[in-house]
Amino acid sequence: MQVVVCVKQIPDPSGTYTLDPETHFLVRPDEQVLDDTDRYGVEMGLQIAQAHGGSVTLVSMGPKGSMQGIRQALAMGADRAVVVDDADLKGSDALTTAQVLAAAIQRTGFDLVITGTESTDGYSGVVPQMLAELLDVPALTYATEVEARDGKVTINRQTSAGYDVVEASLPAVVSVTAGVVEPRYPTFKGIMDAKKKEVEELTASDLGVDTSLRQRVTAVEPAPEREAGVKIEDDGEAHLKVVELLQQKKVI
Amino acid sequence: MPFTQEHHDFRRLVREFVENEINPRVPEWERQEWIPLHEVLADMAKLGLLGLEYDPVYGGQGADHLFTLILAEELGRADHGSIGMAVGVVTDMATPSLHRYGSHELKERYLAPVLRGEQVCSIAVTEPDAGSDVASIRTRAVRDGDEWVISGSKMYITNSLQADWLCVLARTSDEGGYAGMSQIIVPTDTPGFTVSRQLDKLGMRASDTGLLEFDEVRVPVSNTIGAVGRGFQQQMSQFVIERMWAAYSTAAACQRALERTRDYLRERIVFGKPLLDHQYVQFKLAELAAEVDVLRQYNLAVAERHDAGEDVTRMATIAKLKAGRLHREVADWVLQFHGGIGYMEETWTSRFLRDGRLTSIGAGADEVMLQVLARIDGYTA
Ligand SMILES: Cc1cc2nc3c(=O)[nH]c(=O)nc-3n(C[C@H](O)[C@H](O)[C@H](O)COP(=O)(O)OP(=O)(O)OC[C@H]3O[C@@H](n4cnc5c(N)ncnc54)[C@H](O)[C@@H]3O)c2cc1C
Ligand SMILES: Cc1cc2nc3c(=O)[nH]c(=O)nc-3n(C[C@H](O)[C@H](O)[C@H](O)COP(=O)(O)OP(=O)(O)OC[C@H]3O[C@@H](n4cnc5c(N)ncnc54)[C@H](O)[C@@H]3O)c2cc1C
Repeated sequence: MQVVVCVKQIPDPSGTYTLDPETHFLVRPDEQVLDDTDRYGVEMGLQIAQAHGGSVTLVSMGPKGSMQGIRQALAMGADRAVVVDDADLKGSDALTTAQVLAAAIQRTGFDLVITGTESTDGYSGVVPQMLAELLDVPALTYATEVEARDGKVTINRQTSAGYDVVEASLPAVVSVTAGVVEPRYPTFKGIMDAKKKEVEELTASDLGVDTSLRQRVTAVEPAPEREAGVKIEDDGEAHLKVVELLQQKKVI
Repeated sequence: MPFTQEHHDFRRLVREFVENEINPRVPEWERQEWIPLHEVLADMAKLGLLGLEYDPVYGGQGADHLFTLILAEELGRADHGSIGMAVGVVTDMATPSLHRYGSHELKERYLAPVLRGEQVCSIAVTEPDAGSDVASIRTRAVRDGDEWVISGSKMYITNSLQADWLCVLARTSDEGGYAGMSQIIVPTDTPGFTVSRQLDKLGMRASDTGLLEFDEVRVPVSNTIGAVGRGFQQQMSQFVIERMWAAYSTAAACQRALERTRDYLRERIVFGKPLLDHQYVQFKLAELAAEVDVLRQYNLAVAERHDAGEDVTRMATIAKLKAGRLHREVADWVLQFHGGIGYMEETWTSRFLRDGRLTSIGAGADEVMLQVLARIDGYTA
């Protein structure tokens, strides 16, 4: 089974994010980390490949920097990586991102593509569906459990009421939720082996993808400050006021 | 810059392990005055964190010494001192002699299970009547055919309540002084061995410390590490590794303490402005941070020289001396700047003060470091 996992390198979320004041693009430092939500995809991919025989290829688009995030995923056990880095791709919207990823995945070959549900920095949450459309395969999204074997993939799809069991034939794209599996730590050996693994670097023209920007971020506004809370003094009737407030907010 | 990307990635791994797997359990370990070491070491072994520099034949990682520095530093950043000490005893205090001088059979039998995370070990040198003056130890091993018969007691032995075996320094002849001592591996299930008391301590409270009795404990003579009669010398070089570990983890612990204090003081308003806006506080913290940085850079120099195969006895002695004193100073100031809350048990500063106080005593007291230094540098009559 040839598993492809889409992983994104992002600026370390424990640091501070800055936006370029003119383009409104995120300023990406050289040292980026593996998006935490993509660890679940990597772990899922590794488990499937290990259970049924196969390999895990990482596909990533973005400024490669020191490749720290890619190495993190390789150290977990992925076999190889394809990284698309191109100055022309700066500021790509979700569709361009999906086109680039789809082209890279086509080139690599795949039975199963695994993505996160939404990234930590961009969180548009639409790349997986676009990928499936572009690859012309089924999209199985919001998976909380995944089984892939005998040419089929079955997932539990998280819903507001519980979950649906969804099945499709392979090849397919599956987006997994955080918590689908417990991501492993890399090991000392994994870290040392990561540098020996193949990392293929591509540009948009290698993939023949049109990089012209279709979307522009016209303005960025800071989120409104949180308003001060309401203080209710207890004169014996406070519970009624609390209930009224909760009803107003449609909490109860 | 001696660090490679692999070193950075390794640091990230250990830091995450400490943050996710160690720190959340520290309150419980402190309360129960116990770290389930078999469990923790098994988890660490799976990640390849034990025996970093040891031969892969015995389950080591064959790594360079900078990885050990990183492991010690990152464990030093944990929420208490006990875990760094407990692991350090296993990887860098009780096993270096075995790895360096032990026979293949001895290493297969005792080192390999430790590196697999299946066994815990201790280093047993100190006695009720012999601490700083190691040459005055009285625990004796008398030869009877192919066996040593060991009698005596050992004091303040870390990990000893859960250890599977001990690296014991004992007298094996009547030569006296530095001569006639040997390092012997004693499995703790050998008849005649008992832990007579778990010791109650000021700090390092999650680490178990025992008073041990040996009443005609019989072990094979083949359990001797290296040459019979060379125990003192072998233990002295084992102490060098132990001191490096202590210096590495202390520097990182101090650095984290200053960072945490800075973050708190930025929020704490006193006389109408954050405490961190008061110049006295800024200067004191900046100066301590500078001293910590000097120690870290010195540690790095020790590590590189050691890795290059040089004898670093003098440098490790200096590093350990400086680390012990600096920790006392940092712990005192960070508690001071926290004020009343810093004195509360619920605040990390009080544990930090207690735990770190050991650095100036364990692995040779500050005054013993000075004695060694004075001798090496010729400040003796
Ligand atoms: C300030 C700012 C504003 C932006 N505004 C918009 C906008 O308005 N509209 C818009 O379409 N885009 C916008 N983008 C771009 C956006 O962040 C992404 O680059 C792109 O749209 C898709 O990424 P996502 O993180 O939103 O994907 P998501 O759909 O949230 O990601 C889901 C999964 O897809 C995979 N994936 C996503 N991106 C990559 C990648 N680069 N490499 C490998 N795998 C990947 C991962 O597995 C991920 O878990 C903006 C970017 C910035 C910095
Ligand atoms: C929590 C804890 C864990 C420990 N773990 C271990 C362990 O795992 N294995 C082990 O073998 N030991 C262990 N020790 C023992 C430790 O190494 C000794 O306590 C230390 O070496 C000091 O020995 P001592 O306690 O006998 O003090 P003493 O030798 O009685 O010395 C007392 C004090 O005298 C001063 N002094 C010593 N020599 C001189 C000198 N030449 N000139 C001037 N002043 C001097 C020093 O200030 C010293 O602190 C541990 C101790 C503690 C507290």
